[in-house]
Amino acid sequence: MRNEILRAVERVILQMNVNGETRELLVPVHKTLLEVLREDMQLTGTKHGCELGECGTCTVLIDGKPHLSCLALPIQVQGRSITTIEGMADGSNLHPLQTAFAELGAAQCGYCSPGILLTSRSLLEENPEPTRDEIREALAGNLCRCTGYIKILDAVELAAGRMR
Amino acid sequence: MVGKPLPKVDAAAKVTGRAVYADDMLPARTLHCKILRSPHPHARIVSIDTSAARRIPGVLAVITGADLPIKFGILPVTQDERALEHEKVRYVGDPIAAVAATEEEIAAAACDAIDVGYEVLEPVMSIDAALATPKDERIQEYGGPNNVHKFVALEFGDVEGGFERATHVREDVFFYQGNTHLPMEQHSAVATYVDQRVTLWSSTQVVHYVHRALSKVLELPMHRIRVIGAAHGGGFGGKTDPFAHEIIVCKLAMLTGRPVKCTLTREEVFYAHRGRHPVLMWVRTGVDEGARITAMHFRTALDGGAYGSYGVASTFYTGALQTVTYDIPAYRFEGCRVFTNKPPCGPKRGHGTPQPRFGLELHLEKIAHDLGLDPVELKRRNFVQPNTRAVNWLRITSCGLAECTQRVLDASGFHHRERRPGHGMGFAISSYLSGAGTAIYWNDMPHSEVQIKVDRGGATIFCGAMDIGQGSDSVLATIVAEELGLQPSDVRLVTADTDTTPIDLGSYSSRVTFMAGNAALEAARKMRALLVEAVEAAGKRFEDVSFEEASVLGEARFGTLTTAGSYTPPRIAGPYKGSGVGPSPAYSYSACVVDLDADPRTGLVSVNKVWIAHDVGRAINPLLVEGQVEGSVYMGLGEALMEEQVFRKGLHKWPSMLEYKSPTFLDMPEVETFIVETIDREGPYGAKEAGQGPLLPVPPALCAAVYDALGVWIDEIPVTPEKIVEALRRKQKGEDPRYGPPRFPPIPYPPAIVVEPPPKDLDSGRFAHQEGTY
Repeated sequence: MRNEILRAVERVILQMNVNGETRELLVPVHKTLLEVLREDMQLTGTKHGCELGECGTCTVLIDGKPHLSCLALPIQVQGRSITTIEGMADGSNLHPLQTAFAELGAAQCGYCSPGILLTSRSLLEENPEPTRDEIREALAGNLCRCTGYIKILDAVELAAGRMR
Repeated sequence: MVGKPLPKVDAAAKVTGRAVYADDMLPARTLHCKILRSPHPHARIVSIDTSAARRIPGVLAVITGADLPIKFGILPVTQDERALEHEKVRYVGDPIAAVAATEEEIAAAACDAIDVGYEVLEPVMSIDAALATPKDERIQEYGGPNNVHKFVALEFGDVEGGFERATHVREDVFFYQGNTHLPMEQHSAVATYVDQRVTLWSSTQVVHYVHRALSKVLELPMHRIRVIGAAHGGGFGGKTDPFAHEIIVCKLAMLTGRPVKCTLTREEVFYAHRGRHPVLMWVRTGVDEGARITAMHFRTALDGGAYGSYGVASTFYTGALQTVTYDIPAYRFEGCRVFTNKPPCGPKRGHGTPQPRFGLELHLEKIAHDLGLDPVELKRRNFVQPNTRAVNWLRITSCGLAECTQRVLDASGFHHRERRPGHGMGFAISSYLSGAGTAIYWNDMPHSEVQIKVDRGGATIFCGAMDIGQGSDSVLATIVAEELGLQPSDVRLVTADTDTTPIDLGSYSSRVTFMAGNAALEAARKMRALLVEAVEAAGKRFEDVSFEEASVLGEARFGTLTTAGSYTPPRIAGPYKGSGVGPSPAYSYSACVVDLDADPRTGLVSVNKVWIAHDVGRAINPLLVEGQVEGSVYMGLGEALMEEQVFRKGLHKWPSMLEYKSPTFLDMPEVETFIVETIDREGPYGAKEAGQGPLLPVPPALCAAVYDALGVWIDEIPVTPEKIVEALRRKQKGEDPRYGPPRFPPIPYPPAIVVEPPPKDLDSGRFAHQEGTY
């Protein structure tokens, strides 16, 4: 199967809006959004833990909704708006979620943080006053091995309070 | 600054995606590396043909074991690994060949094109099989009989007399299943070779040990190799060994003259492993009429996987720390590690001690039930006292065990709860090292060194310590800021770079706060003294001037302002071979209560809440301590309820994050953490460890709670619904209401080395041997 690599690779022109900027790239049809962001656009803030859709680490927002970028192909994101962690702060001003995560120690190794921050942002946009269980439900697809999740829950609650 | 819940110094980088992890780096002209791994658990390599792979356009180099023949290993006594094996493979995933190519997919295709001829051998997949005569041949050529890697047999005090004196003696068998670290970040390494010098960026916990291994295998002097720790995406012990891929990318960079990167796939991370050893345990304890322990005999058998890794140390650790929580006047320990055809086991959070802690705590629970005593009361009667020496010579200084216990009992209402069907609570305690008292390789040099530079109003810390997310950079900054009158965020840090930072032995054995912290404290106090002298020479008082002014006065008076501090642990190991594993300058203590509901129909366990108190000596940053404690409870619950690294016909059963179950947001209960401060006399500001100890009491407390809820003992973890239902079925049939290993195998341990117990004087042992500790 891997010998297919020796054939000519089909490429497509991919147009997306990434963090507010319109971008056009020529990419192999099979390249994932995760790879396009990290390798073709140097947006390495988006991390990966499995590249199989299992851990939630690579989550980005597509039209404001969390998606696993390791499972999204160019054809699925054509013309859509992508938000990555690099686009979360307002210039030099951190998003209230980012501030709360930093203050409460919700990021230890920080590797799962981009995906969890973006998923939390999407949650708070839909539901500005989530209960603790609603936060758990929204983040159930994001694994974290450092924190035991508790400081993350605290930080989302703190940010939600400040954003109201 | 000390004692304040400040954000970590790298928090902003972590929440904005700016922190640069190893896989985020892509220097110009980088080649991608893929590794061909063994599909067989045990086989001799008959032939390797790389010619087809070399012909693929885009392939720049293909290497095999013949290119990297020198063996390495983390412990000097077990140099049994090769970066690439060309004679024999010992587990599914053992590396055989590596390719550097212009694209990752080309490298993968080239690996597929390598033709390897194997002579398949019978795999050895269990402790029992490893103790038996091998069908074909043994896995490693060294070690004890059959596939035994290491035997340990030690005896302290009058064990036989202790058992004779006992009024009640009990024996139990337990099994702790192996599990893996599962860091969110896959291991990654990038190497360059420029001007005859190798530079490696890696997601490692210990730049120094990687540096040493590279020097040996690449046959380059250490000054021609630079190892830099990239931002770290989680270790838990899993990135503490030097790894094949780290050596391979350096070799490929040397051959091609281009940067080479290798990021392991998630499946490969399961093969890299070095995780929790599966341990089978047998324990026999005697108690007197006052329920005081008179003697204990503890046996362990560790399923080590295919290579040594830290295994010799792990084996000693399964017998070392029983004595630092309970006063055991006579103690015999027999340990055995075997080789099996699985990924090598090594250190995972708690290294070798969660398994015996699990057995020990449940064993004492059962003795208490035999005697009709409250288990908490029995344990309390046997608690060690501060400032004592254990029978195996371990020196106990500050000890908050009694206070930790009281805190969790009071908060949880453990003794005043209302009973309801299916509800249970369990209690357990533990202890862990604040850094290993001896280095991995024997030497007289410090374990940690820190330099501080002050110029024109700024301070910079240089230290080899590697921040793996636990906040070690923040601890260093806080200590220096405290001494110099700065904010931690004002202090610049250069860490984990073998070219620019002095040695620190890295992030393992919970050593960084204690050891690098003490080195930083010494350097900072020296710097403060220089600044005070310069300020006073100018006719002013240090307290009255700004740091900026003090630094200008200091630089004008002394020239370049630089100080250094270092830390060497006290020589406290006992006078016997094997005494190097277990001693620590201080021990942390934890106590834990788990509250759960268990459904007798389905066997499902739902943890409602965990209370945990941790004696950290002094919390330099309570926010970070809480984070370590909560993370430890989480990982302990994962091990207790679901995580297991298991194999079927030589294959890893579930090398993926979906099938290897770990707790999600929905599985994690609320945790109430109590920080207990005992102000350790040798810790920096009194601090001890926080990152590992609080994991240990969680699995036994959970099993005690299951017994409390349903009246069945689950004597092996993970506690799955199937095991609970089976134990309940046995209970209904009138059989032993228990699920666990039926027996401990006969193991031909050698005669125990008999060691005289230590004198009562706390500081005795200064004379003790440390050489040849394994």
